[in-house]
Amino acid sequence: MTTTQAATEAAAANTPGNGVEREFTVKARSQRQQIVRRFLRNKVGMTGLVVFLLLLAFGFLGPLVYGTDYASQDSSAQSVPPGVDGYPLGSDAIGRDLLAGLMQGVQRSLFIVLLFIVIALPLGLLVGALAGYYGKWVDSVLMRVVDLILTVPLLVVLIVVATNFPGSRTPLGVGIILGLFGWLDLARIVRSQFLSLREKEYVEAAHAMGASDKRIIFKHLIPNALGSLIVWTTLAAATAIILEASLTYLGFGVNGANQTSLGRLVSDGVQATTTRPWLFYFPGITLLVIVLSINLIGDGIRDAFDPSNRRVRA
Amino acid sequence: MFFFTIRRLFASVLVLVASSFLVFALCAASFDPLQKFRQRQPPPTAEYLDGIREQLGLNDPFLVRYWRWFTGVLHGDFGETLGGTPVADQLGGRLLITGRMIVLAIIIAVLLAMVVGVVGAVRQYKPSDYAFTFLAYLLIALPTFWFAAILKEFVAGGVNDLFGQQVLYTIGEETPGLSLYASGWELWSDRIGHLVLPTISLALLSFASWSRFQRSAMLDVLGSDYMRLARAKGLTYRRVVMKHGLRNALIPLTTVVALGIGTLFGGAVITEQVFVWHGMGEYLLQNGIGQNDINVVLGWLLVSAVFVVLFNLVADILYAVLDPRIRLA
Amino acid sequence: MTITNNPDAGAPLLAVEDLNVRFPTEDGLVHAVRGVDYSLRSGEVLGIVGESGSGKSVTSLAVMGLLPGSARVTGSVKYRGQELLGLSDRAMSRVRGKGVSMIFQDPMTSLDPVYRVGFQIEETLRTHDKSLSSKAAEARAADLLAMVGIPNAAERVRSYPHEFSGGMRQRVVIAIAMANQPDVIIADEPTTALDVTVQAQILEVLQTALGETGAAMVLITHDLGVVAGIADRVLVMYAGRPVEVGGVEDIYYEPRMPYTLGLLGSLPRLDASTKQRLIPIKGSPPSVVNMPPGCPFAPRCPLHVAECDAVEPALVQVGSGHHAACIRIDEVAAAHGSAAKVFDAGSDDAVLGAEAPADLAAAAGTTDSGAPGDPVGERTDVGAGPATGSLLDPTTTPDGDRR
Repeated sequence: MTTTQAATEAAAANTPGNGVEREFTVKARSQRQQIVRRFLRNKVGMTGLVVFLLLLAFGFLGPLVYGTDYASQDSSAQSVPPGVDGYPLGSDAIGRDLLAGLMQGVQRSLFIVLLFIVIALPLGLLVGALAGYYGKWVDSVLMRVVDLILTVPLLVVLIVVATNFPGSRTPLGVGIILGLFGWLDLARIVRSQFLSLREKEYVEAAHAMGASDKRIIFKHLIPNALGSLIVWTTLAAATAIILEASLTYLGFGVNGANQTSLGRLVSDGVQATTTRPWLFYFPGITLLVIVLSINLIGDGIRDAFDPSNRRVRA
Repeated sequence: MFFFTIRRLFASVLVLVASSFLVFALCAASFDPLQKFRQRQPPPTAEYLDGIREQLGLNDPFLVRYWRWFTGVLHGDFGETLGGTPVADQLGGRLLITGRMIVLAIIIAVLLAMVVGVVGAVRQYKPSDYAFTFLAYLLIALPTFWFAAILKEFVAGGVNDLFGQQVLYTIGEETPGLSLYASGWELWSDRIGHLVLPTISLALLSFASWSRFQRSAMLDVLGSDYMRLARAKGLTYRRVVMKHGLRNALIPLTTVVALGIGTLFGGAVITEQVFVWHGMGEYLLQNGIGQNDINVVLGWLLVSAVFVVLFNLVADILYAVLDPRIRLA
Repeated sequence: MTITNNPDAGAPLLAVEDLNVRFPTEDGLVHAVRGVDYSLRSGEVLGIVGESGSGKSVTSLAVMGLLPGSARVTGSVKYRGQELLGLSDRAMSRVRGKGVSMIFQDPMTSLDPVYRVGFQIEETLRTHDKSLSSKAAEARAADLLAMVGIPNAAERVRSYPHEFSGGMRQRVVIAIAMANQPDVIIADEPTTALDVTVQAQILEVLQTALGETGAAMVLITHDLGVVAGIADRVLVMYAGRPVEVGGVEDIYYEPRMPYTLGLLGSLPRLDASTKQRLIPIKGSPPSVVNMPPGCPFAPRCPLHVAECDAVEPALVQVGSGHHAACIRIDEVAAAHGSAAKVFDAGSDDAVLGAEAPADLAAAAGTTDSGAPGDPVGERTDVGAGPATGSLLDPTTTPDGDRR
């Protein structure tokens, strides 16, 4: 896109009339700038981003402001409703402060998500890239394996694997397990992206110039698949939080003693819908807001990369 | 078309066989069939355990054990539980119970997703689109069990109060023991009363993400050249959407639904836990993993794999019926 | 609403007056079409010529009422005396496909992939004639396919679009357009997406369609070569406005607007007696978002003077049925259609330099679409080819300006 600028200058120099300023009154922008600009303008995505950042602050900066430690239990203040005895959001069955709990929960859940992404992203990228770039039998083999693993419901695989490692009932353990099995659909996405990108002329050109496969993959294909990757990351993050909650509810997630996560808080609270509603609603709503904000960000990014839904047909 | 079906059928069978191998490997690595023996008091001696191992054929090579199990399965023999009862008996019955919830949920979710997605696309950016979008986002962000708890709390109570009697049930898949003496409408109305809430919980989550997908697929179709040509031929906008838009936009949905069956199965396990159903979910969690019973888990995983592969096969064929370009592949 | 059957043979079939189209975009209000007038008589072929972004396609979509809802269309479009702008979708649907039909640019995506080809033809037949039986519709569809030159028409009626090549699909689209004996056929770049050899065939099919239906045609293209053989009158568009209108002979031999002259100069000519350089027009078309005052072609015009930047020139009559929008028509007239006299042959061209390189001789071979067997020269895509779609000097063509 920057060649437009150069072209303008060249054209202007040769133009008989003095038409330099007259020709281009719309600024030429690089592609990256355009995408960022579109995202910043996207109301939905920006709302999600703002809310998510607020939650981040809540989770990580909150404890510095709000002094109470979640770990401290007070047997004299069990199941206290919100607003009573200095518990802004109430307390649970063993007297722990819910507000502090939510902050910790947010921290831990985001940690799990980070771990998950750090493991799953490279795995999915690698498998998908190999399958999509080399094609033919490499593609067949890899994709058959992926399909095979997918014949078993993901939740059940996670449960079975978690059973093998009783010590994995921590955020760390759950994050690792999620990462090891959560890359399958990413591989599919990367593969199909690479399959179509591979046919583009600039790949042929790079080949002709003698670029190695590795260089083509890293310098050309991956940057162009970036849109799908980023969108997948946000959606996968949202899915991870919910998966963790489900696993914990079934007893195979963050269920260790003294462990906590948003999912743990929500699971624990499900029993108390009528008896102690604050334990049910507050964690649930917090989870809802976090997942919602991440999804909105993902949508905003998707629109920023490909605003074709708004495109006017000339 | 015929050969296409045959090829797909053949491929499905291969996938199932490979899946059974994978499942066996996974379980053999995770579970110890001697678990129940080890837990006896007083603890058995090493020789005793070795004897049992020999008896159960556990010292044979992996492939032989796999083959033994696999051929057994082909005859309908899924082995025995730790307690000595045949796994196959329980599996069949429970599959029917869970199955009716899953199938009904799929039907509801697909129909709703189609309607909402198409309407949202056709009325893009109008209030109804925003409303549907908001609803979908909300549902996607909720864990099934939390949402189910809300349904139990408000919807069940509310509807039952409205009718003055218990119409919707929140526990179990039928009133215990009813099938022993009731049949026909009496039995089925009871079952339906128990079905409603769990099915809605299961359906709504899938519906939400499918409807987003359908909306975007429909938008793609609405902007396509052949839609424009159809209008240029003289068809009204409404007819173009109905005849050309819908037909094309529904095709990608089959793929998405096929991919989602695994998630739905997982969701069914959770839903059964919430509503205390005596179906596949309970069997896996309590009897299988809870008891470290390898045969139960093996049987469960294989049955779910069959379900998934069968479903994918149907989706593939449906896709070929809808999209003539695929039939040659 | 009945379509008034205008018995007056002299009155135009299609009369477009002061057509303006504006699109709201994230960069502002784009004024894509800025006052187009033309009229079409029965049996006439009007060629609308222009670069990408000149607004030629948008004009036709506005006539058919197929622009997206956000577009704001003003002016008047009268078909047989009936105003089309502002009609309800229902009413407009009765005109589309029967009174006025359209052919689009990309045949690969114009047909619905899930329906058979015959069905798609029958659809237009039965939409406008409810009493037509399915058997009769099938028969007529097969006839139409045969008319457009598809072999084994009776069997091919049951084929799907993906079983046809691009050229064949375009023939199907033409068959659909002529199915109901329309009065006007609008062909929006019908050959742009096709190979050169197929282009000639499609143009022939278009001629057949006109012959069979007796329709008038609006042919939109960027390719002057295509227009020359088939059009009676030509309308040249630049930056959303017509800048020259006239009979095809006038336009090609006695243009009066420097832009038209430039277009002709960048066309390779078979009839050139000596080896001539192709004469490009430097620069690029302006963005229609924020247009400065004065003639939009001024920055690129070799005849530019200060008065050009003051006010946008109106169309003035320069001959019988010939109008041009320029204040220096006399200078252009003096050139008598030879672009070299007005445009610099590019002596300060950064790429070509002072001497003519040897391969320019090969460029004398042409992409004349009427001669499919000719060898294609190396630089013949400047000016008349389908691939670039741009009549510009390739060294200054900006990215993305390919459609």
